[in-house]
Amino acid sequence: MLDGPELNAPVSDGSVPDGSVPDGSALTAGDIRDRVRQFLAATNPVSTPRQDFLHARFDAGLAWVHYPPGLGGLGAPRALQVVADTEFAAAGAPDNDPGGNAIGLGMAAPTILAFGSGKQRKRWLRPLWTGEEIWCQLFSEPGAGSDLASLGTRAVRDPGGDWVVSGQKVWTSLAHQARWAILVARTDPDVPKHRGLSYFALDMTAPGVEVRPLRQLTGEAEFNEVFITDVHIPDADRIGEVGDGWKVATGTLMNERVAIGGMSMPREGGMIGGAARAWREHPERRTPGLHDRMLRLWAEAEIARLAGLRLRQQLAAGQPGPEGSAAKIVFARLNQEISGFEVELAGAEGLRYDDWTMRRPAHADFFGRGPGYRYLRAKGNSIEGGTSEILRNIVAERVLGLPSEPRVDKDVPWKDLPR
Amino acid sequence: MSIAEAEAAGKPGERAPDLLYSEAERDLAGSLRSLLGARCRPEDVLGRLGGPGQADRPGETEPYDTVLWKAIAGDLGCAGLLVPEEQDGAGASFREAATVAEELGRAVAPVPYLGSAVVATTALLTVGDDLTVRELARGDVTAALAVGSESAPGAAFPLTARVSGPKSSDSRAGVHRLRGRVRGVADALSADLLIVPSDGVPHGLYVVGTGVEGVRRTPIVSLDMTRQLCDIDFEDAPARAIASGAEADRALQAALSAGAAAIASEQLGLADKCLEMTVAYVKERRQFARPVGSFQGLKHRLADLWVGLTQARAAARYAAACLADVDSDAPLAIALAKSYCGDLAVRAAEECVQMHGGIGFTWEHPAHLYLKRAKAASIAFGTSDAHRASLARLADLPGA
Ligand SMILES: Cc1cc2nc3c(=O)[nH]c(=O)nc-3n(C[C@H](O)[C@H](O)[C@H](O)COP(=O)(O)OP(=O)(O)OC[C@H]3O[C@@H](n4cnc5c(N)ncnc54)[C@H](O)[C@@H]3O)c2cc1C
Repeated sequence: MLDGPELNAPVSDGSVPDGSVPDGSALTAGDIRDRVRQFLAATNPVSTPRQDFLHARFDAGLAWVHYPPGLGGLGAPRALQVVADTEFAAAGAPDNDPGGNAIGLGMAAPTILAFGSGKQRKRWLRPLWTGEEIWCQLFSEPGAGSDLASLGTRAVRDPGGDWVVSGQKVWTSLAHQARWAILVARTDPDVPKHRGLSYFALDMTAPGVEVRPLRQLTGEAEFNEVFITDVHIPDADRIGEVGDGWKVATGTLMNERVAIGGMSMPREGGMIGGAARAWREHPERRTPGLHDRMLRLWAEAEIARLAGLRLRQQLAAGQPGPEGSAAKIVFARLNQEISGFEVELAGAEGLRYDDWTMRRPAHADFFGRGPGYRYLRAKGNSIEGGTSEILRNIVAERVLGLPSEPRVDKDVPWKDLPR
Repeated sequence: MSIAEAEAAGKPGERAPDLLYSEAERDLAGSLRSLLGARCRPEDVLGRLGGPGQADRPGETEPYDTVLWKAIAGDLGCAGLLVPEEQDGAGASFREAATVAEELGRAVAPVPYLGSAVVATTALLTVGDDLTVRELARGDVTAALAVGSESAPGAAFPLTARVSGPKSSDSRAGVHRLRGRVRGVADALSADLLIVPSDGVPHGLYVVGTGVEGVRRTPIVSLDMTRQLCDIDFEDAPARAIASGAEADRALQAALSAGAAAIASEQLGLADKCLEMTVAYVKERRQFARPVGSFQGLKHRLADLWVGLTQARAAARYAAACLADVDSDAPLAIALAKSYCGDLAVRAAEECVQMHGGIGFTWEHPAHLYLKRAKAASIAFGTSDAHRASLARLADLPGA
């Protein structure tokens, strides 16, 4: 559900599968640095064609070092990824354009690693990492957003054991770029809603898949409506057991939240950097009220950055806590407040907008655009990937153990739910 | 290989000190928590503050629990955490000292840890008063820095006390006499020694015993009864000079910085405890035939508090790490931690009162202890606003 704008220039993928295998777990930063240097000595980062270079990097286990050997990694501690990324960047090596495939890297890949078969991992992970195959996420539907488990896209088994799928998905970021989709569909309408779902990979080029742009309040169309009409999905592209779709989807969403909290950046590396620069460059725009807000936002953004660092340290020390769910709530609110502040600070300039042209971008680009765009785009941050209200429910119930609201839908077969 | 190494880089803001609790810290916190759980329960603290028969004498009760302090200071060695082992201390770092403050905050413990083991000890360590440091580290005596409890790092050297020449009867060389008044000092009522900033040529820091003639402490009816303040009058009190001029400035600033960083951890602990108490209560209390904790109007506010705690913890640990590592980013880290944790603790305590309903408004429920400590602590060592204002300079964000 996260469309993954490249907010804080995450290095490489930002995913968190626990793909570590014991043999690589003793690797140190020095080992990784040595391997990257050896690799660069053998594979010229400048003269080697980009795709060849990325293939070779993947095959050397230096793509996502915490993935298992043979799947682009070394089974090394996750914390070492930043070492590899830094070395490659310093050598001027081409990267895999992580912002162009945020859902693939942040959500599809860890799901495939955790729940996919050996064959599926081999087939999908390499072109996913290199960016040859972009992935999108077909979860939300017009009638099922926060209440994802109520979705109605149907997958019916054909006599050959494969699946025929029909339904409508919506708000699908980058579907117009995607070769593959992770898809949740209903395989059994006769059981309560969470139990009748299954998880698939959908080939977006299959007949019956139609992608229509859906223009958003920024003027452009990052996201789409996707109509699925009698689309054939081979059973080999099912991820996880039939009826386990909710479990797999929950895994996907968890990865996403940790990915956001796990981003590493220097001080003023996020949206606050632009606001602070504007503040320094325009003394004539300063007022006492704006100053107070500037200081508050700067402090909160820096503390959020430190909290992200602490979260990564917890993960690296094998103490994964629930703090990841806090990170997205904070990040959404701060992005919105900071960008709103930026527009006001711009004064008369803030009345202009850079471009309302309807385009279908390949990336969300916060930083290449004006404050007005950032202000509008940030509104999506508290909706995409689980709304901030839903995240508060999750914190209240799963972290604090507070009782849930009375539920009317838990034990009722999906087909009998009121709608 | 730690993240700290992986992310280590030159500039502050790119360095990544360890923000987790070490095993030693977790052990220390665990021992302290069980001690406090046995001897500093809410009813124990409440009992000191005007239980039956005392309610009509507010401000005249015995706020500090000296027996408890002996156990924390001596048995657990918390008095000497910041003091090197060669000077009879525990040779720990500011990280451990902050962890202890966090635990004491959870219990609103009425002990002079912050004033004596952190603030006064830091001043004495900075000037190298070896003998007094040793006494403090052993927990034999306690000391307080005689400044108004609202004094923030960066405050001007206070000059409300001044050196008056020696008396004719003063035979010993090195005896000075102090005159003047210092208002609103924390942790001084239970202190054996005062470290007094004083005017003179040059200005300096002096040590004065509290038991001598010429020192009068007048208790203040304080908002935070668990950390009672007093005014102190000096009338030709005998004093020993320990630092003057720039050295005295340095010691004062070091002490106030340490106090501000430690109280941020105390506020973190307080907020954590308030959330814990409140969550436990709303799970149990039923209205409308369901636990009140199942109402989203409360759940979301509690979730937000928890989110705030994840941020506060990162800020408080970063400040503690910067002091422990003598990092040049310490002033900025302290400003972040004190402002954020201060505001959060007040909010947590206010929500604690509100979500307990009528019972939270009673004297017998401990929520008010937390509210009063939180509000007072948000002013002590500089308000949140003052600390944020210092970011204008520290983060290069100048005002209008
Ligand atoms: C920019 C952007 C990109 C997106 N990309 C994708 C994508 O790639 N793939 C995909 O599958 N989806 C995507 N989404 C969809 C997104 O996941 C949903 O919009 C989101 O989950 C909310 O669902 P909804 O829009 O149906 O709102 P609703 O669920 O109808 O919510 C309406 C309001 O009610 C509140 N609400 C709902 N339930 C509760 C509750 N139990 N308690 C309290 N409040 C509640 C919500 O917080 C919200 O404020 C994207 C959305 C945006 C904005």
